[in-house]
Formats: sequence, C-alpha cells, structure tokens
Amino acid sequence: MPKDASSRRAFLGAGALLGTALGACRTQESAPPAEQELPSLLGEPVRRYGARSPHETAARAIRETQTPEASSSRTPLGDSYGTVTPSALHFERHHAGVPAIDPAEHKLLIHGLVERPLVFSVDDVKRLPSVSQPYFIECSGNSGGEWSPAGAPTVQLSHGLAACSEWTGVPLKMLLAEAGVQAGAKWLLAEGADACKMQRSVTLEKALDDALVAYGQNGEALRPEQGYPLRLVLPGWEGNANVKWLRRIKLTEGPQYVKDETSKYTELMEDGKAWIFTLEMDAKSVITSPSGGQTIGAQGYREISGLAWSGRGKIVRVEVSTDGGGSWAEAKLQEPVRTKAFTRFTLDWQWAGGEAVLLSRCRDETGYVQPTLAELIAERGRKSAYHCNRIKGWKVAADGSVSNAQA
Amino acid sequence: MRKLEARRRRATGELSVNCCPGRKDSGEQNRRMGRRIALWAAVPALAAGIVSAQQYGLGRSAGTDEIAAWDITIGPQGKGLPHGAGAAREGAQVYEVRCKECHGEAGAGGDQVGFVGKPEQLVGEKTVRNVGSFWPYATTLFDYTRRAMPFDRPGTLTDDQIYAVTAYILYLNGIVGEDETMDAETLPQVKMPNRGGFIRDPRRKP
Ligand code: HEC
Repeated sequence: MPKDASSRRAFLGAGALLGTALGACRTQESAPPAEQELPSLLGEPVRRYGARSPHETAARAIRETQTPEASSSRTPLGDSYGTVTPSALHFERHHAGVPAIDPAEHKLLIHGLVERPLVFSVDDVKRLPSVSQPYFIECSGNSGGEWSPAGAPTVQLSHGLAACSEWTGVPLKMLLAEAGVQAGAKWLLAEGADACKMQRSVTLEKALDDALVAYGQNGEALRPEQGYPLRLVLPGWEGNANVKWLRRIKLTEGPQYVKDETSKYTELMEDGKAWIFTLEMDAKSVITSPSGGQTIGAQGYREISGLAWSGRGKIVRVEVSTDGGGSWAEAKLQEPVRTKAFTRFTLDWQWAGGEAVLLSRCRDETGYVQPTLAELIAERGRKSAYHCNRIKGWKVAADGSVSNAQA
Repeated sequence: MRKLEARRRRATGELSVNCCPGRKDSGEQNRRMGRRIALWAAVPALAAGIVSAQQYGLGRSAGTDEIAAWDITIGPQGKGLPHGAGAAREGAQVYEVRCKECHGEAGAGGDQVGFVGKPEQLVGEKTVRNVGSFWPYATTLFDYTRRAMPFDRPGTLTDDQIYAVTAYILYLNGIVGEDETMDAETLPQVKMPNRGGFIRDPRRKP
C-alpha cells in the first residue's frame, strides 16, 4: 500500500484529469515546498537473487501452536496486488513440518490398480510435456472464524489461508496413462514425504480431469513449504488434498477414510451427521483494499479492490456495495478471468467522508452466488467449521479507519 | 453427459498425439504403439474413459520390495494391516511413555486433542469431535498412529506397540475390552460408534 502522503499527493496532482472525469472532490493540499536536489549516490550493484525493498514489510501471520510444525501462516491479502501471490507469501499449513528434500533422491511411486507400477524421478517428470496455469489454493479452514457473527479484524486473518500461484507441472492423467489404470480403480491415495506422510483420497475423475503434478511455482521451483520438489495441485479443491512433497500415488477401488478426511476436513451438521469429501471450494470474494486495519486517508477518489475465486470454474460477476447491502454496483474484473484462479475486481469509488460499509459478493459460471452468513447457517447450521464463504463486510469510519463491519 | 463426452474426447485426443521421445529401440516402439492402439480402442469399454497407454516411456518399473516398503496404506476393511498384535493392557504403558505428555491422562486431552467421547456429543451447544465420538473406522487410528505419531518421533513404534496403543484408546472409549487383542483380523471388525455418521457432500455440483 502506498500509504505515505507524498505519493498520494503526487497521485492526486497527476490525476487532475481523472479527478474531473470522475467528478471527484479533490483534496485541497498545499504544494510541496521546493526542495534542493542532493548529489546522487551510487545504488546497490547487481545481485544473484533479488529481495524486496526494505520499505515493504508485508509478511505471513503465524498461528501460535504448541507444536509449530503443525501450524499455519496466512497470506497478507490486504497488501496484495493483481492475482498472483508471491511464493514467499503463499499461506502455509503443515501437519508435521517442512521436510528437507534432495530432489536427486526424491521419487514418485505410482502403484495399486495399475498395469505397470512405475517410479518417476523428478527429472523424469520434468521431461514430460508441461503445462502452466494459475490456480488458487485455499485451505477449507479458511475463514473458519467467520462462522461466528463477529468474524476477524483483518483480511489476512479472515481470508489469508488462500493464495494463487502459477503452477507448472504435468497433468496427473499423463503419469497415470504411463502406468495404465486398471478398470476397477475409482479413487487414488496421494501421499507426501513429510514426517506424518500426509495423505488424502482423491477421485479418479478429478485425477483425469485437471489434476497436476507440479514442480514449478510462479516461474521457479516450488518453495520447500509448498511441496518441493513435487506436489499435487487439484484445481478448486480444498488445500489439504493438494498433497505436498508428493511421493506416492496408489490407485484404489474406494477412498481410504484417512484421518484428514474423517476426523478433520469434514463438516458437522446440527443433527450430528457430518458431510464427508466436501472437496470443491465454493465461490467466494472479499474486498482486500480498503480492508480491516487500513486507513483511507482523505476523502475523494478511492479505488475499491478485492479478490474472487471459485473451485467450480470462472468468476463471472462481482458486485460491491458501499452502503451495507442497500445497493450494489457491478465491479470490473481484471482480464483474462481464469478458471479456478484468483480474479481481481475493482470499483471506482468516491468516498464522501462519512461512514460506509463495504461488501462484495460474487457469482461463478455455474450460477452459484456467494451467500450471506445467515444463508450458510440456514443450510448447514453453526458447527461445520470449514468451507465458510460468507459475504464479508468492512466498515469505513468517518475518520477513514477501516474495521471489521461485523464487530 | 456432455461433460463425460468432453472428457473422453480430451483423453483420446491426448492419446493420439505424437509418439514419444526416442530412447527406445524401434521394435520396442512398435510394440508400445500396438499396445497403445489396442488400449485406446479399449478405452470406451472402460468405465469413465480411463486412460491407459504408455506413451512416453519415462519412469522405471517399480520392484515388489520397493512397493512393499512404501505401501503403508490401510483400507477401512483392514486391507494392508501388518502382522503383529496388542491389547489395551500393554497399550496403557505405551501411551504413558509415548503419548500422554501431549494427549493427556487416559486420553483426556492436554496440549493436544483428547480421544474419549461419544456420538451423543456431536449435537448440542458444545460438541466434541474425537476418536471416540466421531471417527468412523478403527483402522484409521492404527494407520494414523503408525504414520504420524508420536508427533515428534513418528515411525519409532513397533507394529505390536501400535496395535496395543490403538487397543488402549478403543478401550478408554469402552469399545473393546482390556484384554481384547487387536490384530489384522480383529481391528477391522471393530465397529466405531459413529460409523454411520457420515454422509456424502450434498452441495450443488456444477
Ligand atoms: C509431542 C506431542 C505429541 C505426542 C507425544 C503425541 N502426539 Fe498425537 N498429536 C499431536 C499433534 C500436534 C496432533 C495434530 C497433528 C495435525 O495437525 O495433524 C496429534 C494428533 C493425534 C491424533 C489425531 C486426533 C484427532 O482427533 O484428529 C491421534 C489419534 C494421535 N495424535 C495419537 C497419538 C498417539 C497414539 C500417540 C502416542 C503413541 C501420540 N499421538 C503422541 C501431538 C502429539
């Protein structure tokens, strides 16, 4: 966020035309005092691996646990631009720490109901025809706190278990074709090489549709905490099933009912029954700027910007309300809109200086519209903990400070 | 229906593209090619258009020992359970030394979740989801303990110890007796109280 006054002033100065076009009420600020230019200093020399400006401090927020290896960190979505999450800021959720893996030693075994059990080295996988696609990954526990009416104070805490990267890898169906899938196979078990050998059951239907075995993220190798050297990417499916440090795929007749698809990542209904294999992520949107914890500054033009995504395809429409849901305006979507990826939306806004409540709601290509908390509760009760995609609100106070509208 | 058709087309389209990087001798290539076409022809016969054609010849075949060493998957019917046995009486000792510091006295919970509960606790104001109240299969308890616990030193328990500590946690829930031996035969027969508690996700599909 360019928060400092000088950049804002420069923007407003240069934006005189824009200001009139939008009928803006421009802030009256005096011109900056004439400064004397200092002799130039030489800058830093070239370097092998870049680092961001020391002025930029956005960082993941870590959840403190007794066992830091079984924990999570959240993406600072409030400081995000565009649709790609920098790899270093991609949220984390580990169940037994980040393993140190030598890619030369790593292998991927495909076995079970196959014609030819095969072992692939990382180099084998990289030789195959590759694809690169941006996909979001979202933990199904993201926005878990939003099940309570109050919700979280910042977008990092409320929605930061989601991120979007361009993933490079090979379609899983290509590897499966090499091994030859037997007729009885309907599911597969994917297992990681971390200390707990994290595993999930995945339908063969998904594997043959758009699943990837990825080795690249945002133009370079996967980060260790994102599964280096190989991970499963199941576009649109809950994060936990996108098994990291992928080392084994076993084709099976049915699901295995592993701990993380029974004890966890299932949704308890009010009658005591639980939904199981709730794998697709429902459409969701949230305003990232302005959002809780930020301040708007002076009244006048202020772009509203946010992110929308759906595990079932493309986002087709995002609407934004600045009056708590009284009226809605259609936001502009950043093109191209990609399937199962973050979609950036923006809306021109004139902040008149008073209190405002900002909401966003999205619709995906299946016609699904993001629900309110009341609608979610009517469908699922209050105990399901996961898959909360309620409409989220931010309140702008008269002094320009932004906070959680539900608080 | 349309979707299946599209998927079938995608799959077959994929199979008809270039024959692959030439590391194989041509006889091998022809054999592969023949097999590929045969399998391609067979594709529609397989449910859901399953792909099966070795096109690139990458990856090496996996040895049976290699597979056995890695295949720790245990199915809900007990498929894959190893040899070994144990009962709650021995399991209590394993628990005391290897689990209690995190999961509390007699599975009551501590820094980490507890293990004792009943399905009745899945409704009402304050619900409890744990092994006793919620888990549908006892095999999952063995599988998870073997692959992931104790948290700081997974893989350090023998299969006998894992059967024993599994038996102990089931015993704490009144699901098995103190001297009832758990092994590859008996564990899959244990019916967890919440076995029928799960339903498939009814959310609207695209
Ligand atoms: C050092 C602390 C520690 C020790 C010792 C430990 N555990 Fe755990 N246990 C954990 C943590 C942390 C988790 C949650 C892991 C995750 O996030 O997936 C866990 C989860 C579990 C679960 C899943 C519970 C549920 O309801 O989802 C079971 C079962 C379990 N442990 C069994 C055991 C057994 C049996 C032992 C002894 C052999 C043991 N644990 C020893 C820390 C520990």
